[in-house]
Order: sequence, then structure tokens, then C-alpha cells
Amino acid sequence: MSDKPKLAVWKFASCDGCQLSLLDCEDELLTVAGEVELAMFLEASSARVEGPYDLSLVEGSITTPHDAERIRAVREQSRALVTIGACATAGGIQALRNFQDVEEFTRAVYAHPEYIRTLARSTPIADHVKVDFELRGCPIDKGQLLEVLSAFLHRRKPRIPTFSVCVECKRRGIVCVTVARGEPCLGPVTHAGCGAICPAFDRGCYGCFGPAASTNTPSLADHWKKHLGVPDDELGRAFLSFNAWAPDFRAEGERHG
Amino acid sequence: MTATSVLAAEHLDRLFQALARREYTCVGPTVRDGAIVYDRIEGAADLPRGFTDTQAPGEYRLERRDDDACFAYVVGPHSWKKYLFPPERRLWRLRRSDGSIERVDADEPPPRYAFIGVRACEIAALLIQDRVFTGGPHSDTYYGRAREDAFVVAVSCTESAPTCFCSSMGTGPAVTGDCDLALTELVGEQHVFLVEAHSPAGRELVDELDLQPAATEQEHAARAAVGAAAQQERALDPEGLPELMGKSLESPRWDEIAERCLACANCTLVCPTCFCSDVEDISDLTGEHAERWRRWDSCFNPGFSYLHGGDVRRATAAKYRQWLTHKLGTWVEQFDTSGCVGCGRCITWCPVGIDITAEVPKLAKGEAS
Repeated sequence: MSDKPKLAVWKFASCDGCQLSLLDCEDELLTVAGEVELAMFLEASSARVEGPYDLSLVEGSITTPHDAERIRAVREQSRALVTIGACATAGGIQALRNFQDVEEFTRAVYAHPEYIRTLARSTPIADHVKVDFELRGCPIDKGQLLEVLSAFLHRRKPRIPTFSVCVECKRRGIVCVTVARGEPCLGPVTHAGCGAICPAFDRGCYGCFGPAASTNTPSLADHWKKHLGVPDDELGRAFLSFNAWAPDFRAEGERHG
Repeated sequence: MTATSVLAAEHLDRLFQALARREYTCVGPTVRDGAIVYDRIEGAADLPRGFTDTQAPGEYRLERRDDDACFAYVVGPHSWKKYLFPPERRLWRLRRSDGSIERVDADEPPPRYAFIGVRACEIAALLIQDRVFTGGPHSDTYYGRAREDAFVVAVSCTESAPTCFCSSMGTGPAVTGDCDLALTELVGEQHVFLVEAHSPAGRELVDELDLQPAATEQEHAARAAVGAAAQQERALDPEGLPELMGKSLESPRWDEIAERCLACANCTLVCPTCFCSDVEDISDLTGEHAERWRRWDSCFNPGFSYLHGGDVRRATAAKYRQWLTHKLGTWVEQFDTSGCVGCGRCITWCPVGIDITAEVPKLAKGEAS
């Protein structure tokens, strides 16, 4: 019986990319394994240690009645629960169903739609249970994941800034793709955390970390339309992607949908 | 009176060689990612020769010129503060050992920089940041050392962007001192730089270059070119700005600006005088190592005005008001100078093109009505 904190990783409706970020830690993985007991992490090992768990990382959104039950069981067994990624924090790309009729999809896709038990909406974990911390991204940034793990291990606040991607661009000295090239970029309204990857590779941010703490999406959309010549349907699609169900992006997307 | 000498464009590398002999790290303008940025440069070949920029609110474009001018652009997204007040700097590292905590690094001296192509408005910004970082009783040692060691090769502007308003702020476009060397570039029949030394180190370097004195016509041509750059579309009347800011605290204009402002922080980060930073302590997974970092912050960032219980300034209108009233108003009380040098970066690099030279007169009008 280990006296190390017990870490569990749970998957709901998702692509596994965020939990793979933990395996992707490579250099730090042995340190992680040295500091916590990987009690439940099916991507890494089929061994399961019974709860309760000191820290649960939850990936994925709630899309079925079964998962809506299961997340409550996870919460009951977890001292701290941290959601990781756009699916868990905002409903993910699959929340595009929320704007359509899911039953119509099931009839079109499945030979026997009567076997399908699915919810009309894909929703974030925080809509169902209390969440202690939300880590954004599609996928999450592994450096930020390590920071959250360090913070929870040492009972301190995670150092995860909620300002815009622009701050990361400017600190890195990246030339603004919107101002210098007229490229639409969601950076000014998007939550930092990726290190401004897309602008560093010469393209606009597509908002995979969801809305920043402070957003003025109507002003940005207005500028795209009037000065960058972005048509309305493209504007709608820009906001309705990985974080379509995040309230600020959803509202802006619906204004142009 | 400073004697003016002439350096032919084809001999510009002699200047870089002289700086290299003095073991300076040259940083200056170069073309990267569709803009003229400040970066390491080794010689004249790295300069933005034959390029210029066009600027408007929220818009910057790199353009080709039909000559070989090296400094015929204005200012870009970077400013010299990134070298003196780096965007991210580790202040120290600690290690826990045998129940005690020890510091495991030593203060590293900053590089000895030679800044190439510093504009008049940027010299004004350096003088402002000198007061901010080294003027009080608690001097920033890194800034102080880097600044003291820096060799400043300034360039008088012979072009203005529509976003420039240094003439009205009294900060440019002519370089009149506070540097080591001041250049004025002349293109035409002859491509030359008129060189003035403004410090003993500058004079010593000019002597080593063994230059000819400038002809009277060349000096006239230089004055005319810089004079042309002084004709600017935009202006801000610095007279009475602190009073106007003080009187405008309840103006409805702040809410109008907030309808457009993204609170993204770009204006503050491109501003050559904005100096706010955040200090963050981090520990690693094992809890055996800790580091303290200083990073650029902004009055537009969430958490910037955090006091017990939450942010004091939550609304974008309150954040913008804080920025502008400090920059143009309370800065004078605090540092005995305006915080604005009229470089126009906040206008160009605002992703929605908010223009302070348009907003200030609206505040003044609002007050009158």
C-alpha cells in the first residue's frame, strides 16, 4: 500500500488526446510516477486500484445518460477533481450536436437507432458535478498539466493565467498575424495556455483554449467583417468549433449562424 | 556644436566591425514574419535594406521601396524595452537540501548591447523607463546595468507613418542627443549616412572610422528630409492632458471605447514605456526546486488589480480608463513626464484599431458639453 497521493484519470466523450498529454510528458513521466500512485489510468495500465482518489483528472464531456451517472460516482470517490481539455470544460467539438437535432443524426447513421441512448446535448463536466479546477485546451498543454499536478501535490494555486493569447504572442515577440497580414485570429478573445502555437507558425489562433477571462467577441467579429472581409458564415464557424458551447463563443457564433 | 561626418552606405559594415571589436552584441531592425522587428544583427546585410512599412489603425504592411534605404521605415511591433526589461526573466532558483533552502544560481550580467537604429521617440521612451526603473530609491539592477552598458546608435526619421505623432509630443523626429551616435540616412545620387557623435564613446568610435566631414549641402538635405518627416497627420496636444484625464474620470466615453476594446493587452505590451510586470513563484513536482520569474503584465489582464476578494477593475471601461489616465495623466505626477512618446504603436497594433489621438479629443469634447 503506497502512501503517495492516488491519481486517477477518467475518460468520457473524448478523443483521448488530453490524457495522452500525460503519457507525452516523457522526461517528466518518471518523476510523476515517483510522486503519485497511478491508481487508475487505463491508457497506461489495465491495473485498477480502488478509490477513493486524491486527484481525478477527467477528460471528455457528458453525452449519455450512463455517463451522467458515472461522473457522479467519480466525483464521490475524488478528493479533488480537475477537468482537462475542451470536451470536459466546454462540451468539446461534439457539442456541435447541441445546435442540431440528435435524433435525426441517429436515424441517419444507425440501422437500429432505437439501441442508441444519447443525450440531446454534449455538456461540460461542471454542468454535472463540482469541479475544483478546469484546464483548457484541445488538446491541453503538457507543461500546464504538470503545473496543475505540481500545484495540487503541494497544495498551492495552479499558475494558469486566464489572459488572452495576445499576451503570449507579445512576450514571445511574435508579429501579430492580424495586424501585419490581415489574417483573422481569435487570439484577442482566447484563453492563453498554448504558448501562441498557431501565430508562431504564421496562422491565426482558432480558439482551442476557449474564451479568455475577458472577451469582447462582438467587437472582434465586427472588425473581421468590416476590415478583414470575413463573411458571416465563416465568422459563425470560427466561433463554433472546439469550444462551441462555451457561453461567450456560443453567443457570438449564434449571432452569425 | 557637434561636427557631422559622412559614412558611405557601402562602408556601413565598418560601424558594425568597430562595435564588434568593442564586444558589443548588436541588436537592431531586420525583416521577419512580414514586419521589421528588433533582433540580433551581425552587419549591414541584416538591415531592412529596400523595405519600408505602411501603417494605419490596426494595420501594418511591409512594403518594398525602389531604393536601398536601410532605415526608411518607422517603428515596428518591437521596442528596445525587450532587451532592458525582458518579457520573461528568471530572478532566482532555489533548492531544498538537508532541511534548508539554498539559492543555486548567480546573477548573470546582461549582454553588452549596441542598439542600432533607435528613433527619437524611442530615445524619449528610454529616458522615461530610466526614471521608472532606476529613478527611485529601489533601482532595477538588471535594467540599470544593461542600460549603462548599452551603446545607442540612433537614427533620425526621414519618413513618418500616418500613425506617428512625435512632432506634437515634442519627442521627434530629429535625434538631438541622449545617444552615442546619431545617423541621418540620405538616399539619392549618393547613399550616405551623416554621423554625429553625442558621447565620448561615440566620438572615439567616429575617430576610429576616419570619416570625412559632411558637406553643407548634405547637412541641408538631411535637415530637409527630417523636416519632411515632422509633417504628421496625427497629433496629440500634451498641454493640459493630466488635467483633462483628471476631469474625465466619469466620462461616458470610457463605455463607448469599451464597446470596441478587446482588453487583449496589445497596446500596453507594444508600448515602449509601459513597465508592468508580474512575479510568479513556481515549484516542481518533487517540491525540491522552486523558481521566481518576472513576466510582462498589463493593466488589461485579469488579476492585475486583484485585491482581497477579487479584481478592483473588472469592466473593460475601467481598465482602459486606468491605462489612458495613467499614461497621459498621473504618469506626470509619478515620474514628472508624460508616459506617451507619440510612436503610434498602440494605434497600429490594436487588433481593432483604437486610436488614442482620436479618443483624447472626444474626452475633451465630452468635458466641454
